[in-house]
Amino acid sequence: MLAYALKRLGVALLVALTVSIITFSMVYLPGDPAMALAPESASQEDIEHIRRVYGFDRPILVQYLDWLVHAVQGDFGHSHYLNEPAANVIFDRLPTTMLLGACAITFALLLSIPLGVLAAIRPNSLIDRFALALAVVGQAMPTFWFALTMMLWFGITWRLLPITGTASWKNFVMPAIALGYYVTPGVMRLTRAGMLEVLASDYIRTARAKGLQPMRVLFKHALRNAILPVVSLAAVQFGFMLGGSIVIETIFAINGLGFLAWESIQRADLPMMQAIVLVLSVFYIALTLLADLLNAFLDPRIRVS
Amino acid sequence: MAQPILEIENLCVDIKVPSGLLRAVQNINFSVAKGETLCIVGESGCGKSITALSLMNLLPRTATRSADKLMLDGRDLRGLGEREMSDLRGNRMAMIFQEPMTSLNPAYSIGNQLEEAMQRHRNVGTGEARDRAVFLLEKVGITGARGRLGQYPHQLSGGLRQRVMIAMSLMCEPALILADEPTTALDVTIQAQILHLLADLRDEFETSLILITHDLGIVARVADRVAVMYAGEFVETGTTEQVFNAPSHPYTQGLLRCIPIPGKTKRGEHLGAIPGIVPNLVGEMQGCHFASRCSHVHDACQSGHIALRASFEESHQYRCVLTPKVCAANSKRKVVA
Repeated sequence: MLAYALKRLGVALLVALTVSIITFSMVYLPGDPAMALAPESASQEDIEHIRRVYGFDRPILVQYLDWLVHAVQGDFGHSHYLNEPAANVIFDRLPTTMLLGACAITFALLLSIPLGVLAAIRPNSLIDRFALALAVVGQAMPTFWFALTMMLWFGITWRLLPITGTASWKNFVMPAIALGYYVTPGVMRLTRAGMLEVLASDYIRTARAKGLQPMRVLFKHALRNAILPVVSLAAVQFGFMLGGSIVIETIFAINGLGFLAWESIQRADLPMMQAIVLVLSVFYIALTLLADLLNAFLDPRIRVS
Repeated sequence: MAQPILEIENLCVDIKVPSGLLRAVQNINFSVAKGETLCIVGESGCGKSITALSLMNLLPRTATRSADKLMLDGRDLRGLGEREMSDLRGNRMAMIFQEPMTSLNPAYSIGNQLEEAMQRHRNVGTGEARDRAVFLLEKVGITGARGRLGQYPHQLSGGLRQRVMIAMSLMCEPALILADEPTTALDVTIQAQILHLLADLRDEFETSLILITHDLGIVARVADRVAVMYAGEFVETGTTEQVFNAPSHPYTQGLLRCIPIPGKTKRGEHLGAIPGIVPNLVGEMQGCHFASRCSHVHDACQSGHIALRASFEESHQYRCVLTPKVCAANSKRKVVA
C-alpha cells in the first residue's frame, strides 16, 4: 500500500511540474509580456524599463525557476489590476468555490448513485426509464441555460430562492444543483453499468447461495465492487466542476474563484490567471491522487499485491 | 432406508426465451439419503446446473420452477418465500460452483467471507466464527489457516479458492451439498485432490452430496448412485455399479465409450463420440429426445412420450423403447463412429 501510495504521489508531482511549466508559458503566449503590459503610448524606453522591473530580460529558465520557487512558497506574484498579492485574493475567494463544489458533488452523488443502483436492480423498469430520461436530458441541457431557467422559475416567478450572492445557504441551492446536475448522468450511468455487471457475477451468486439477505448482497457485496470506477469519475468530475464554476459563479454572481477567473481574463491580469490555473490544477491533481488512494483502500487487488 | 434428506417429484424448470418457452428440466424425480452421493451426469446444456440452481431457488428471473414434491430434510420447499429460502441456503443446503476463480468476492478477505456464511445463520460472535473457519480451512487441507484468513481471493490459486469454497459450504454443517462441476475449471492434478477431499468430508460430516459433472471418471470414484441427464430429462438412473456395468440407454453407452481405458484402448484407435449436439429445448418435444443422435433409432422413437422403465433390477431405470436384453447386447457391441 505504501509503495503504491508513494508511486501515485510521484506521478502526481510530475504532473504538477508539467502543469506549472504550461502555466508559466501563459505569460509568453500573447507575445512580448513587457509590450503587453505597457500602455499603447509607451515609448521604447518605458517598455525596456518594464522589462527590467518585471525581470523579463532574464533567461527564461531563470524566470521559470524563480517563479516556481516563489509559487511553491505560496507567492504567486502580484495582481496587475488589484495591486495585491495574487495569493491573498485567491485564498480569499477559494472557500466559496470549494463550498459550492462540495455542495454540487454531494448533490450529484446523492442523486445519481441511488438512482443508478435502482436502475440496475430493475433494468428496463419504469425507474430505469426515468433515470435514462434524466440522464439524456441532463447531458443535453447546457449548464448556463439550466441555471437561467431555474433562476427564472424559482427565483423570479415563485420567489422561493435568492438568485444572486452568497448571503446564506439558500444562495447555494440553485448554483449547486445547476453545477451538480451536469455530472449526474455520467455517474448514474456508470453506477448502473457497474452494478449490472457485478450483479451478474459469480460472487454475487455465491453470496446469495450463502443465504445472505438481499440488502446485504446488494450493499456489501455488489456496491463495493461497482463503486470503484465511480470514485475515479467523481474525482475527475469534481475537478471539472471547479472549472465549470466559472460559468455558474458568473451567472449567480458568486464571488468565488470562477468569478475571479472570469474577471481576470477580462482585465488581462496575467499573474492572477496564472495563479488561478495553478491552484485549480494542483487541486485537481490532489483529487485524482485521493481517488487513486480511495480506490486502493476499497480494492484489495490494488492494495495487496 | 431412513428418511431421505432430499425428495423430488416431477421437478420442472421452464425458462422464457425470445423464441418461446425453453423446457430446461422436465419431470425429474430423485431422492438422496443421508450421507449418500448422487452424481448427475450429462453434457453441457442438458439442464444439470439448472436443476441444482432450482433446488437452491437461485434461478434467473426468467425461469419458473414447479414440482409435485420438493422436500429437504422433511421440509417442503415449494412456496417458500425468498426470506425463508435464504434461511435454508448456506445453512441446510450449500452449493459449490464451477468457477472458483470468480466465485469469491475480490473485495473481501476470505476470513470475512467465511465468517459471514456462519454468522448469517448462527448466533455466534466473530471469534467463534473465525475458529470454525480456521478449523474448516485446515480440514480442506490449507496450511497456516489462521494466517490465510486475512488473504484476498486474488492471492490464492484456483485450487485453493475451490478449497475455500468447500470450507465455506461446510460452515453451517449443511445436510446437503450441491457441487456443480467443482473440478472442471481446475488442473487435472488438482481435480483428483479436490474430489477426494469432497468424498472425505462427506464421510466425516455425514453430508449428502449431489455432484454434477460431465466426467464419468469422477462418477465411478465417488458416486453411490448415478443419474444420467439428457436434454432436460433423466434418461438413466441406478446405482453406480448398475449404470457402469450394464449401461442401458444408448446415450449412457455413448458416454462410456468416450472414456479411454488404459491398456485396452490402443494408440491411434478412435475414441467414441456421440454425433450431433443437444437438441433445442424450446417448445414441446415429441418422442425420444436422443432420437436425432441415436444409432439404434427407429419409428417407435419418434412419437409419444418415452417413459422410464426398469432394467433387470427395479432400482435401475432407463428411458428407451428397447428391451433390457437388447440394450445389454448393444452395450457389448462396438460401434464404429
